[in-house]
Amino acid sequence: MALNDPVTRLKILVFLLAGFPLAWLVVLAINSQLGANPVEFITHFTGTWTLVGLMLTLTVTPLRQLTGYAHLLRIRRMLGLFTFFYASLHFITYIWLDQFFDLHAIIKDVYKRPFITVGFIAYLLLIPLAVTSSNAMIRRLSAKRWQSLHRLVYVIAILGVIHYWWLVKKDIRQPLIYAGILTILLGWRVIRRQRAFYKSR
Amino acid sequence: MPIRYPPIPSSEITEQNLYLQRRKFIRNSALGISSAMLPEIGTAARLHAAYSRYSTTEVATGYKEVTSYNNYYEFGTDKSDPADYAPSLKTRPWTISISGEVNRPRVWDIDALINTFPLEERIYRMRCVEGWSMVIPWLGFPLASLIHQAEPTGKAKYVEFTTLYDPAQMPGQRRAVLDWPYVEGLRMDEAMHSLTLLAVGLYGETLPNQNGAPVRLVVPWKYGFKSAKAIVRIRFTDQQPLTAWARSVPSEYGFYSNVNPAVDHPRWSQAKERRIGEFFKRNTLPFNGYAEQVAGLYRGMDLRKYF
Repeated sequence: MALNDPVTRLKILVFLLAGFPLAWLVVLAINSQLGANPVEFITHFTGTWTLVGLMLTLTVTPLRQLTGYAHLLRIRRMLGLFTFFYASLHFITYIWLDQFFDLHAIIKDVYKRPFITVGFIAYLLLIPLAVTSSNAMIRRLSAKRWQSLHRLVYVIAILGVIHYWWLVKKDIRQPLIYAGILTILLGWRVIRRQRAFYKSR
Repeated sequence: MPIRYPPIPSSEITEQNLYLQRRKFIRNSALGISSAMLPEIGTAARLHAAYSRYSTTEVATGYKEVTSYNNYYEFGTDKSDPADYAPSLKTRPWTISISGEVNRPRVWDIDALINTFPLEERIYRMRCVEGWSMVIPWLGFPLASLIHQAEPTGKAKYVEFTTLYDPAQMPGQRRAVLDWPYVEGLRMDEAMHSLTLLAVGLYGETLPNQNGAPVRLVVPWKYGFKSAKAIVRIRFTDQQPLTAWARSVPSEYGFYSNVNPAVDHPRWSQAKERRIGEFFKRNTLPFNGYAEQVAGLYRGMDLRKYF
């Protein structure tokens, strides 16, 4: 892990960049810059960065395939874990700041409101991925089973975009942007797989 | 909650954020820098208004919050868009046409309107359909005064309010987020109710543009979107108006849209609300706490059906 190792440098850079949104949020909070409705601001902020994290994590593989830079794969785990981190902040904001541990209201919300149901499921699905992110867990599961498990991220990303889409009152421009990016990222994979399939025949 | 009779006008009530900093305020006053702590007031003209028995005694939401956190899609869908883009709206000259089922249709000049009807200060709760609320010291006059003046005919069953349509001045109207212009409506008895206000000011001054200048509706027992802003036309009809949100998403927004904690919005609960400036949510009250005054208007109606 020498500092002159380019991969280590890349990892440090990604770590700092990925931590920046949280630092930014803290600075805004300290300076009372969270607006008239701080809880709503924090909820939207952490939710947005979770979605961005999902998109970035899913960009790693196509980028590696395009550039041939194999080391890119080594930042994917960190991006995935940061995504889980922001998702957890988002979840805690909802449970704590928004609902203030009102379990009855939370259960009712998750049960009754499709956008919360979808978000809740997406978060639950992220947990096994975060738990099995270590090298030891990859070995324990076997690389093959680990990979099938982690394909869940495609489902999670789709649920995440739906969660945002269904939350918006009328102006769907932003959810549409995420949906577009996700379509490209998942479409890339589908097309590659199809090509590989036809080549192998 | 019963309406109490406030002995003091809102201009005398300390804003919440100042109240919470009162020790600092006293300390700073002693240092002679208290003026730096006064709320920022724009260039709006002061208006004179009588006090009203319909005002709540609850602590008013700060001027800054009331004027920077707004839903006003004509200027964009972000809460900050109205404060960013509305100030350039030209509110003079401005006319409001009174038409439809009335004996005395006319076109009012905004200043004539303000000078004709005596203004009152009404400190009302405002509950947004999104689950947040404020307490706002409006200045205005009862819509009923204007309606009396117009002499509605026997066929007038509803009142329809139309907001200015001017994409050049209202950038949000350049996209079809809603079917412009914004249209709202009330049943005649709702429009005539003494709580229903045509507001031309807040916090003692003319309305800031982002709050619906030069004249807007305020119906405190209904969700905020019922209170049309920047009104250019008031039309009396025998048909229930097709209102903007109800037309756009009929499954989620009805014509009545009375604040009702028992009837959820399909996508979120209406049982609680976050009062801007407060951390804990509070329970939402039926008819936003005005049940005593308005519940009678809806006697016998299934409020789940007529949401």
